[in-house]
Amino acid sequence: MQAVLADAYRNDWAFVLAATIRVTGDIDVAEECVQDAFSKALAAWTVTGVPKRPGAWLTTVARRGAIDALRRQSTEERVLRKIAVTDQKEFPVGIEISVIPDERLRLIFTCCHPALSIEAQVALTLKLLCGLTTAEIASAFLVSESTMAARLTRAKLKIKATHIPYTLPTASDLPGRVDSVLDALHLVFTTGHTAPSGADLVRRDLIDRSFELIRLLRELLPENADVKGLLALVLLTDARRNARVDAEGTMVLLAEQDRGLWDQVAIHEGVTIVREALQSGPPGRFVFMAAIAAVHAEALSWEETDWREIVALYDLLLATWPSPVVALNRAVAIGLAEGPGAGLIELDKISTDPYLAGYSYCASARADFLRRLARVDEARGAYEEALAMAENQVERTFLERRLKDLGTPDGDDSTAVHR
Amino acid sequence: MSEYLVLIYENEVSLTGADEMASKKLMADHAEFGEKNGAALRGGNALQPTSSATSLRRDASGKLVVTDGAFAETKEALGGYYLIEATDLDSAIAIASQVPTPYGGVEVRPIWVLG
Repeated sequence: MQAVLADAYRNDWAFVLAATIRVTGDIDVAEECVQDAFSKALAAWTVTGVPKRPGAWLTTVARRGAIDALRRQSTEERVLRKIAVTDQKEFPVGIEISVIPDERLRLIFTCCHPALSIEAQVALTLKLLCGLTTAEIASAFLVSESTMAARLTRAKLKIKATHIPYTLPTASDLPGRVDSVLDALHLVFTTGHTAPSGADLVRRDLIDRSFELIRLLRELLPENADVKGLLALVLLTDARRNARVDAEGTMVLLAEQDRGLWDQVAIHEGVTIVREALQSGPPGRFVFMAAIAAVHAEALSWEETDWREIVALYDLLLATWPSPVVALNRAVAIGLAEGPGAGLIELDKISTDPYLAGYSYCASARADFLRRLARVDEARGAYEEALAMAENQVERTFLERRLKDLGTPDGDDSTAVHR
Repeated sequence: MSEYLVLIYENEVSLTGADEMASKKLMADHAEFGEKNGAALRGGNALQPTSSATSLRRDASGKLVVTDGAFAETKEALGGYYLIEATDLDSAIAIASQVPTPYGGVEVRPIWVLG
């Protein structure tokens, strides 16, 4: 029974909560009612057996609870219902679940409203759409439970105080609002893909959640090119998971990865979706990022990668999304297409950017070009700089090894240039 | 329906230094904004520059300290406001995004209904 309930929790939580918020107009009250419905399910299902559609059962019970809660509230409280539930229709309790329109999309847009900070968007999304507990979210982001609880409370207060609507964006607002959702979901993935600090490079739980959310978004917005782009990007990036860390737990760069370890099923799905996305309307940044990942995925080796194609895609990406990190990656790609000298020139053009100055990847990219140009002393300095900024232990170990390979300033430098 | 205050923050140097043509255009743009959004507008005013501001604080002993200047010295200063009515934040943002702000931007704050 616990397993059945865990499944229902994972599959139906967001649907049940979203449908209940429509009744309560208040996130906290709705969360309580849904939690209560899950508790009732444990008792009821043990006696009656699991209903054919657990989600429908849970929705009915949660909404009934919500209506009771509203009846208990005074008229005044009802007037002050906090969430602006627009175009509200009364759904009869006990209605067939299939006729209730999918409310999860509204919930996603509310959680990822650009008026909330991105950290708050991510926390709310994991809480309300994935049903994670505050403690689980706190541990995923390596903050204390009280910090995460405060962040969630602040976000919910802002939703109430400013009347962030529980509704779908208008057609003219939609592209910007979808971007905001994609940014939040991408952050869930990247946080899992390279944990910001700590002993492990990857946090599988966050990656799994990001896949669930992105696939859900694709189900809800099937035509959107950038939603396809993000799904393809995470598929293609995650396909390399088994090759990213070696047996000792050291990070392995894309250049040195054993491509036989890449997940070909994920790559096939990712590449298919990128192709579809490139044809389904004006491509946004995630489509270009996915296209770049696809070029890597289809290359037989690092050396055989079509670097000119990658530089061309970075040009397009930079035009849609001018960001210092994209400029950095473009410079690295130029170095690979035209040689380390050309790459270094590009890097020098952008290295004054204040954001990149504190970014360990910028220093390590520079170090790599210098190493390949056999400018050992400068390379050593750049690796030391990168090491001073890197916080993930796996990444640090990698940089320390590179530094050691360069040899000591007075020692034998013969191992410096190897490739 | 909720009320929101749209606070207009602009670079004062640019605003007061603008030539006559630019100033006239800004006035006309505000007039146009007012006409277009008349139904939602509950009030609004332009403020004299922060050089005219007087700030009042109490020191640790509770004594009133009156000083010349704005409460917070920032490059972009509060230069005016609109009080608007809207169903929710998205509608408020839709109105606030039309406020002409060539030298800065706006902040949208819900009015706290007390009592």
